[in-house]
Amino acid sequence: MAKKIALTGNYAIAYAVKLARPDVIAAYPITPQSPIVEKLSEMIESGELKASMIRVESEHSALAACFGAAVSGARVFTATSSQGLLYMHEVVHWASRARIPMVMAVVSRTINTPWNIWPDHSDFVDQRDAGWIMAYAMDNQEAFDLTLQAFKISEDPAVYLPVMVGIEGFILSHTAMPVEIPDEDLVGEWIGERTQPYIIDGSEPRGLGGLTLPEDTEDMFYGIQAAMERAKEVIKRVDREYGKLFGREYGGLISCYYCNDAKYIAVAMGSWTGDLIEAVNTLREEGYPVGVVRIRYYRPFPHEDLWNILRSVRAVFVFDRAISFGAWGPIFTDLVAGLAQYTLKLPVVVNIVAGIAGVHVAAEDFYNLLKSLIERVESGLERGYFEWVKIRR
Amino acid sequence: MSSARIRPPLPYNARDVVLPGDAACQGCPIPIALKVLSAVFGDKMILVVPACCTSVIVGTYPGQSLRASIVHVPFAAAAAVASGVSKALKMRGISDVQVIAWAGDGGTSDIGMATLSGAAERNEDIIYIMYDNEAYMNTGIQRSSSTPKGAWTTTTPVLGKEEHKKDVAKILIAHDVPYVATASIGYPHDLYSKLQRARSISGFRYIQIHAPCPPGWRFDPKYTVRVAKLAVETGYWILYEYYNGKLVLSGPSRPLLDPSKRKPIEEYLKMQGRYRALTPELVNSIREYVERNWEWVKRYLQ
Repeated sequence: MAKKIALTGNYAIAYAVKLARPDVIAAYPITPQSPIVEKLSEMIESGELKASMIRVESEHSALAACFGAAVSGARVFTATSSQGLLYMHEVVHWASRARIPMVMAVVSRTINTPWNIWPDHSDFVDQRDAGWIMAYAMDNQEAFDLTLQAFKISEDPAVYLPVMVGIEGFILSHTAMPVEIPDEDLVGEWIGERTQPYIIDGSEPRGLGGLTLPEDTEDMFYGIQAAMERAKEVIKRVDREYGKLFGREYGGLISCYYCNDAKYIAVAMGSWTGDLIEAVNTLREEGYPVGVVRIRYYRPFPHEDLWNILRSVRAVFVFDRAISFGAWGPIFTDLVAGLAQYTLKLPVVVNIVAGIAGVHVAAEDFYNLLKSLIERVESGLERGYFEWVKIRR
Repeated sequence: MSSARIRPPLPYNARDVVLPGDAACQGCPIPIALKVLSAVFGDKMILVVPACCTSVIVGTYPGQSLRASIVHVPFAAAAAVASGVSKALKMRGISDVQVIAWAGDGGTSDIGMATLSGAAERNEDIIYIMYDNEAYMNTGIQRSSSTPKGAWTTTTPVLGKEEHKKDVAKILIAHDVPYVATASIGYPHDLYSKLQRARSISGFRYIQIHAPCPPGWRFDPKYTVRVAKLAVETGYWILYEYYNGKLVLSGPSRPLLDPSKRKPIEEYLKMQGRYRALTPELVNSIREYVERNWEWVKRYLQ
């Protein structure tokens, strides 16, 4: 039976992992991710979850152990944050290039130095080019749903890529909200047995990752790009299936709010989109034709879906919670490149970078920002620009 | 030789697994070690191989000169990946396949040290084998922490290495793992027996195989086995096993507890061009190092 319980974002992910019935979990503690693997350890030691926990000595080894177990036929999971994610980065690439399905939770926290444990998206987007499917949740329920769906998507034969699911540290990871947990047997039936492109278990001699010449290697990497394209349809199908079975459908790669008649669209990813939507609700009451597109999947990047929404709007305001130093916010860069696939007559696209290193951006900040942006467009702004907005109270 | 008399029958024909036509250099010790390994495990082994000479030796995709399973992994990751493979096999009820991390000295004593220590401390059910050719041979003979004092390498090109070799086997003994052994490609039957013993034990097992490298150590490829044997006969490389809390000297090294039974260290050193610039002071320093290692063995035997 489905049940609703109050869960932090971390525990929501742990419960989703439990329902996915992993065989092996390997992890190394880091704030703010630790409660995920603490909860899973508790589930394993109490016999609730029949999995093997490898308490490794580093994040590099956490993902390496997951990689080994996955290659040998196990469904695996790990979780990390920030420096831990950067430390395992070598293996992040290794896993996707080996086309081995696995799931990792990334509980975002900014990148040091200086020491700072507050969230932005810099650790997550730093993995952009690693060949993982990258999903990002807005709330704890979605963190649960995305984690469960990640196993399904990762192990789909049309995809066979690892999937990471991001949530912001503390904002989601350490605050509780009611989360609906679907019926365990129903989930088990839906997720099914582990599938993967190959297994190395000694049943026959097999090699993985040996020295490979440029053309063969390029073919393999091309395969990742092709799988990313196919993943778009798989993600949408899984979202629909999940909606039918468990009652929550999110819209696939993006989620839209008040998009149909919007003249202005704000684009964002993650939990602060909740504050953005609150601001938009107020602006709508005041008669501003503004909507929100939330990026749910950063990779594969949903440029088709964005084009469908943004092709007819006057202006787009992209809110990035990360910065590519020397350039712009990462979502902005991809969005502009994506729209340029269809037209060179872009709407006005403004990039606001904010909320860096955990600086709080409240609904009223979004309200003020959006209002002044709209006013600037209406008073004749013809081209987009970049601005790093530092919120100070 | 007593080891010849007790030689057990080979369950596998090594040539069934180690195929001819690999990419090893002339006189390479690695295929020798792999043949002994395959004589024990046949194709029922999964080798987890980080960056090292073996990554190249086994050939290019889609071919492979080893008819067994190989997972190539990042440099620092062998012990961790092997831990994962081992756990997965256990969860899936597969018990007749041996998981073996197969790494060089760089991947073990340097970049893989923390990973190795972690897996050892967790007592993962794997065999970790370091084939010790005493430098980064695959990248072009650079110094590793396992390079011995006085040896020329491309990153110690004038003075030679100034520090003694890091003793990884001792570090593993300090981890109190179920089995630690030193071995040499010059004594394949001894290595074979050690692999058989390791096979009969579960938990973390570590074997360090001394593996003289002709291009790296600067000797004629036909002398690989002779150099390996001299390392043992001069007492430089001591063969032993450690299990059940006890250290046991292996056959070839046992008589050498008596220093008069050891060949002079110069016989080992002078065969290798990497020691060309050796001074009498350095030879003395190496001799003292060897003596210290024997003193450590004696203390353990008491």
